[in-house]
Amino acid sequence: MPMEPFALPKAFDEMHGKDGLRACFAGVARWLDGTGHEALGLKRREAELLFRRIGITFAVYGEGGDPERLIPFDLIPRILGQGEWQRLARGLEQRVRALNLFLKDVYGKRDIIRAGKIPVSLILGNATYRPIMEGFTPPRGVYTHIAGIDVVRTAPDEFFVLEDNCRTPSGVSYMLENREAMMRLFPELFAMHRVAPVGHYPEELLETLKSVAPERCQGTPRVVLLTPGAYNSAYYEHCFLADEMGVEAVEGADLFVRDDIVYMRTTNGPQRVDVIYRRIDDEYLDPEAFLPDSMLGVAGLMRAYRAGNVALANAPGAGIADDKAIYPYVPDMVRFYLSEEPLLANVPTYLCERDADRAYVLEHMHELVVKLTHGSGGYGMLVGPHSTRQEREDFAARIRAKPSEYIAQPTLALSTVPTLVEAGIAPRHVDLRPFVLTGKEVRIVPGGLTRVALRDGSLVVNSSQGGGTKDTWVLEDDGPTGTGQPQSPSQSQSQSSGFQSQSQSQRQGS
Amino acid sequence: MLSRTADSLFWLGRYTERAGNVARGLTVAARMAGLTHRDEEWRSLLVATGADEGYFAKHDEATREAVLHHLILDPDNSSGLLPSIEAARRNARQVRAALTVDMWEAINDTWNEARRIAPDALTVDGLAPFLDWVKARSLLFYGAASDTMLRDEAWRFTHMGTMLERGDNTARLLDVRHTMLAKQPEAEGSAVDYMQWQAVLRSVSAQRAYQWLYHTRLQPNLVAELLILRPELPRSMIACYRRVDQTLDALANAAGGRRGECHRLAGELHAKLKFGRIETIMDGGLHEFLTECIDRNVALGECIASFYLTH
Repeated sequence: MPMEPFALPKAFDEMHGKDGLRACFAGVARWLDGTGHEALGLKRREAELLFRRIGITFAVYGEGGDPERLIPFDLIPRILGQGEWQRLARGLEQRVRALNLFLKDVYGKRDIIRAGKIPVSLILGNATYRPIMEGFTPPRGVYTHIAGIDVVRTAPDEFFVLEDNCRTPSGVSYMLENREAMMRLFPELFAMHRVAPVGHYPEELLETLKSVAPERCQGTPRVVLLTPGAYNSAYYEHCFLADEMGVEAVEGADLFVRDDIVYMRTTNGPQRVDVIYRRIDDEYLDPEAFLPDSMLGVAGLMRAYRAGNVALANAPGAGIADDKAIYPYVPDMVRFYLSEEPLLANVPTYLCERDADRAYVLEHMHELVVKLTHGSGGYGMLVGPHSTRQEREDFAARIRAKPSEYIAQPTLALSTVPTLVEAGIAPRHVDLRPFVLTGKEVRIVPGGLTRVALRDGSLVVNSSQGGGTKDTWVLEDDGPTGTGQPQSPSQSQSQSSGFQSQSQSQRQGS
Repeated sequence: MLSRTADSLFWLGRYTERAGNVARGLTVAARMAGLTHRDEEWRSLLVATGADEGYFAKHDEATREAVLHHLILDPDNSSGLLPSIEAARRNARQVRAALTVDMWEAINDTWNEARRIAPDALTVDGLAPFLDWVKARSLLFYGAASDTMLRDEAWRFTHMGTMLERGDNTARLLDVRHTMLAKQPEAEGSAVDYMQWQAVLRSVSAQRAYQWLYHTRLQPNLVAELLILRPELPRSMIACYRRVDQTLDALANAAGGRRGECHRLAGELHAKLKFGRIETIMDGGLHEFLTECIDRNVALGECIASFYLTH
């Protein structure tokens, strides 16, 4: 297949590397060489049908057109070797441990503030700080049970954390469905590679949730998933995860609180609920504690929570740990709480409310990415190298008016992975969102959600901004088996049967 | 099961059945109006479907065009045909994960198509094909449900909704023609009476069933007996309330024997029909008997709701 010339020669391509084809991609490179553009086009249409039929859509509001869209799915997988994944996973675990300790500390003793590591104003003055969480420790001291850490890469051994998502990170259903689709479309590729499975994520999630049930909970904890309902953009994911875990997806009106105990209304009468995996934002959780006119939440939920009768995952107030103004301090948190050097680096970040930082940002806007401190989803940002003079002037004025609302980071040469485009195959920028589960222990399913910026040269991977996704493979070794020769029958047989049992076990839960 | 889920399934069952019943009622009324040239038929149908109050708030007379519009299209008539299909589909969408693919497709396709073709029903040539289509779609949905659903709680709530609605419908159909049915069995009916009795049978697809069971010309007390007391007829009141009673029992047994007022009421209504005799019912007054059944059906629906669905 013809390859487009690489648009950004600076960027590290995960398949082709700097010194030729990288080992983990050898099998896929051979496969692409042997597969025509038409054959791939057919597979792409087949994949689209598959996704439409299952109904995996993402709602995009406020732009006109069809609000229920498919997230474009790219057929070429993004592949990580076992060694590089292990290094990344250790860094992720370390970071999330530190974030949880930080949350316990800021709602408790506040050692880190007294030690002068983080200014108190950044915490107490922060809109995501929840005073109601003070003087109370949730079960096992865990606050962010499900964390999505967005990671970007610039070289074989250079990973940076772009942002932490400690509240209600979404996207894990795409990780699971992308794998299902790939296994159906390309069984021969899986026979050629030892790909670490991801299908057990719902089980790991359920174990994690059960492990943080309130101490006084007797027997097997009853877990539910609390969703805002069918109009939420991630509703498909809520139902999918609830189904896979075998728990109810409930709405606020399905729950009520009596004597500080949470019940679910069932045909068998009220049933006590022990753990709530909530996919509703803090402000809407409980009209008694937060927004009084919320129709989505459950009155009295926070009372029940503080009384130790129900667990909430993630904990209210966990957002203080992923706030962009707090982000620059995460490496210090790792040092402070764990007495370790951070394994994963931050992207250097300029806080516009600091005078020196602001001066630098205003001077260098053409080479920086400017973001809203509290924004998300890729909205309201300026990508300096791709901006016009007018856009830069607009942003400069906004920064001067409200400096604390903006941060800036250098534009990184994000790594690329070959991606199917109109003209053939071309490199496109990617990021990675691994999901880190924390309960009794930390669990990470190998891989995560790879998002890809489908437009040539674009660095914005958010699905709301025209990004797509790829299946993310973590190999059990550092490269595919076989060396271009046909494999011996026995070998390929045992491997493909291994994947069969894997796909079967994934379907059991549904 | 979540009460909200059970509630949606229950109403899904009721509304799909209701749409089919309105179509059956309209088919017969249109035929009768054509034969007798009386607008009284349209008035009877409004009463039978409980839509008379809403209708006469807007109209002075029961004319063909206005009644068809009210019973098929009018969004203000929540018991109308199209609003029932819309309500069924809305409930189905709420609990899509609890439905089988066949059920979902049956109701979703019906909804999509009905919105498109319903306006044709108001034309002279369009009415009969449209009503036949709706009847077929409601049979398809029922078939999809009974052939593809696991016999678990989800099935029981859907089925109970269907049966409660169906039993109520049969009682109402009989009730609007109760004066014609209250005649002495030996009395020769007029041609109009005869058509009335036929119409009742036709509306529950029971003309042939009558002949198979009784082998005799139509007699009003036998028509009433067939529709009230004969368990062999799937749309008879006893057949429907027996299923409601059995289904509530199955729900209670699956929940460790948990029972409430709805179980008692359903058992009582079932027993009343099971041990009833048509002579006694006619002597005591058919209208009084049917009115009581309709009232009890309403009470039963409320008790099911408060025990299972909206507590």
